[in-house]
Amino acid sequence: MDDLDALEARSIFILREAYRRIRPLGMLWSIGKDSTALLWLARKAFIGRIPFPVSLLDTGMEFPEVYAFRDELIAAWGLDYRNAECPPESSVDQTLPPGGRAAARKTEGLKLLIARERWRGVILGIRRDEQATRAKDRIFSPRAADGSWNFADQPPEFWDYYQTDVPDGAHLRVHPLLHWTEIDIWRYHKRENIPFCSLYLARDGYRFRSLGEKNITVPVRSQAASLDEIIAELASTSAPERAGRTMDHESEDAFERLRSGGYM
Amino acid sequence: MKTFAVVFTGHVDHGKSTLVARLLLDTGYFTDGKLAELEAAAQRRGVPLEISFLLDSFQVERDQAVTIDATRIWFSSATRRYAIIDAPGHREFVRHMVSGAADALAAVVVVDAVEGIGEQTRRHALLLPLVGVTRAIVAINKMDAIGFDAARYARIVADVRAVFGQTGLELVAAVPTVARDGDNVVTRSARIPWYDGPTLLGALEALDERAALHAPVRFPVHDVYRRDDERILVGNLDGGRVEAGMTLVFSPTRDSARVTRIVRFPESGLPALAGEAFGFTLDQPIFIGPGDVASDERDVPHVADALDATIFWLDRAPLEIGEHVRMRCGTRDVTAVVDRIGGVIDIETFYERPASSLLRNDIAQVTLRGLQPFVVDPHPAQLSRFALYRGDAVGGGGIVRTIVAERATRRRSSPDVASLVAPGVSAADRSRRYGHRGIVVWLTGLPSAGKSTLAARAAAALFADGWFAYVLDGDTLRSGLSGDLGFSAADRIENARRVGEVAALFADAGCIALVAVVSPLREGRALARAAATEAFVEVFVKADLATCELRDTKGLYRRARERDVAAFTGISADYEEPLAPDLVIDTTRSDVAASTVALLERIRSVARAF
Repeated sequence: MDDLDALEARSIFILREAYRRIRPLGMLWSIGKDSTALLWLARKAFIGRIPFPVSLLDTGMEFPEVYAFRDELIAAWGLDYRNAECPPESSVDQTLPPGGRAAARKTEGLKLLIARERWRGVILGIRRDEQATRAKDRIFSPRAADGSWNFADQPPEFWDYYQTDVPDGAHLRVHPLLHWTEIDIWRYHKRENIPFCSLYLARDGYRFRSLGEKNITVPVRSQAASLDEIIAELASTSAPERAGRTMDHESEDAFERLRSGGYM
Repeated sequence: MKTFAVVFTGHVDHGKSTLVARLLLDTGYFTDGKLAELEAAAQRRGVPLEISFLLDSFQVERDQAVTIDATRIWFSSATRRYAIIDAPGHREFVRHMVSGAADALAAVVVVDAVEGIGEQTRRHALLLPLVGVTRAIVAINKMDAIGFDAARYARIVADVRAVFGQTGLELVAAVPTVARDGDNVVTRSARIPWYDGPTLLGALEALDERAALHAPVRFPVHDVYRRDDERILVGNLDGGRVEAGMTLVFSPTRDSARVTRIVRFPESGLPALAGEAFGFTLDQPIFIGPGDVASDERDVPHVADALDATIFWLDRAPLEIGEHVRMRCGTRDVTAVVDRIGGVIDIETFYERPASSLLRNDIAQVTLRGLQPFVVDPHPAQLSRFALYRGDAVGGGGIVRTIVAERATRRRSSPDVASLVAPGVSAADRSRRYGHRGIVVWLTGLPSAGKSTLAARAAAALFADGWFAYVLDGDTLRSGLSGDLGFSAADRIENARRVGEVAALFADAGCIALVAVVSPLREGRALARAAATEAFVEVFVKADLATCELRDTKGLYRRARERDVAAFTGISADYEEPLAPDLVIDTTRSDVAASTVALLERIRSVARAF
């Protein structure tokens, strides 16, 4: 077993544990590299057939390439896809900066989705190394009925034992990729030959390292036009992954506040 | 390149976060953005840049200047990749330390050179081996504050060695450091010339990755999936190797069967190795479900009724002697009674003091007795590590030390009854005919909580789907089977026991036996569970007294208030809520339709898992 095998085995256990103990259960699929790798892991865990619905929190502002890639994969993998339209931008606090408004729309969209589908558990592809507040999250992370996160009093998790139930109205966020890093994800993509959106590859000297809405995500300078080149680039870079995501940088604790309020 | 996980622990304010931050800084970890972000934040606040701000990333932590929760950061040396697990030092947060340390292969313990060993240093030294971390490097930090005194350093190291010796933690290296300035963290200190050992990074690099022990085959069955008429047992292999053609023994029943195929997606076939998540099919349709453990014929796990364990308790509410908890070991849940608390370990003296309950953060030796058989291996095997659940919450955890009572293993369904009733027809044959296994679904709750309604609706829905289901209703059984019993505590327990025995026979016959009885006492329900030879699902149908009284479907509350009914549960007799029900349905919050769906979902998931 190498390190990717160990990461994979743990994620599969978490997915199966979620499916065994939490119903109804659904998964968020942002169409990005992480949640697409997670979809692939779910296919492995459930031997080819993902037994729960998957949803995109759709602001209508994704890149056209993202929507096209989504539709291809829904057909190819036979996904039970349920689009989750986020409330319009006019419905959120207009004093927020643009990134904050997009995040607020998604936070609301997720609340609506969970209410509509009556999900008790929702699987997400966040990772500890992405961002400092995500580093502190649990694999099975309880959220209150209003989506808020009580990070000062989280349930203990040790070995592979988790708290897998919450009071009615509340829900669990399940994070099977929490222990992966960005470079692990790409190495896994390469090893498993998992499809990914072409925007991650460099074109004319730029590529997207992290994919968000088109109005608030900027590409980074890069010559990496293949998976091998992306992996080589990540091994040598010292720039943070979410540098191109403007919502994180609008204030010192922007992301922390987003997450306490229910953002992914 | 494999990741080497290291947990950093230390008494509060001994400089742990600063040490980690210095390690990261000097190995070139900090990204351009992160450092700039922090510098800007410090400037805004008008304070000097604290490197530990990077780790203590939450606003609330920066404000209080403490670390709240275990966090993880990765960095690479020239030779390998490390995952640093930063665990908080506050007494309050020991539970998070346990979470952080459970993944680590070694620990770095930070000790303040001025203050020496702190209470938390001792506690961590005790906890680390308990969560499987057996090696530690000690950084004696803030050496500048004691004038780089070699003699004082040596005394602290001796103290540390003594404490570690008592807890079974191996001291692999001690390093004198000044984390703030970087002395002996990554670069050798010119200010401590008398020290000729490795730097902290050097000591980390010298740790070998212990090869996975040659472990026997242990496959805790996680779930059973049906694909194209095949039953696939899925799980993660804890030890050994599994391949097609091999005979596996399943515990606790000790039934055996041969592996016909290793199943994976997208490709199947190759043998499976320790650590892997996979599935397999068997040549015989024996009853295997989640929680059973597959092993090699020659080396099977213990099947036990009682065991001694070292446990740590994390819940705010104390754990009492005699309390029922759910013990999860591997994927198996067993309702366990805390039979004995042998002693709480005092972290100052390491003596064990007697206690009748465990408080939050206590560590103790206990005896656990299972109402169903435990399937375990003694420490240090993987299957010695367990969690204790109270309700749905993780209340604590521990390690199996010794087996107190081995169970004489027998088959799950009693062969003499089976041969009398239906010679030659096995439970497997019945399951094949009905398309599901027989189980007992025990609905308990106050009168008018909704038990009979739910049972009847679920039975009707199952029947419509072609299932074999039947309702055993408390009122009906009271008039016949238990016609000789009254409503004293002893009679209520006896009533539950009888109904349990009857339900067990229904389940053995392949039926979904839906039992709707108040069964107010835990002891009665435990007897019913013990009678079951097939799966037993305890469902707590929850509704508060006021609601039940308002519903009063049978007019009994009114009569009880008028003292017309003796010892009426909820009014003049106690109802003991289940401590660890398999399912809770709150009928004051969800309507009949939603409650029925929740019940059906659980029944289907248990009964289809064969």
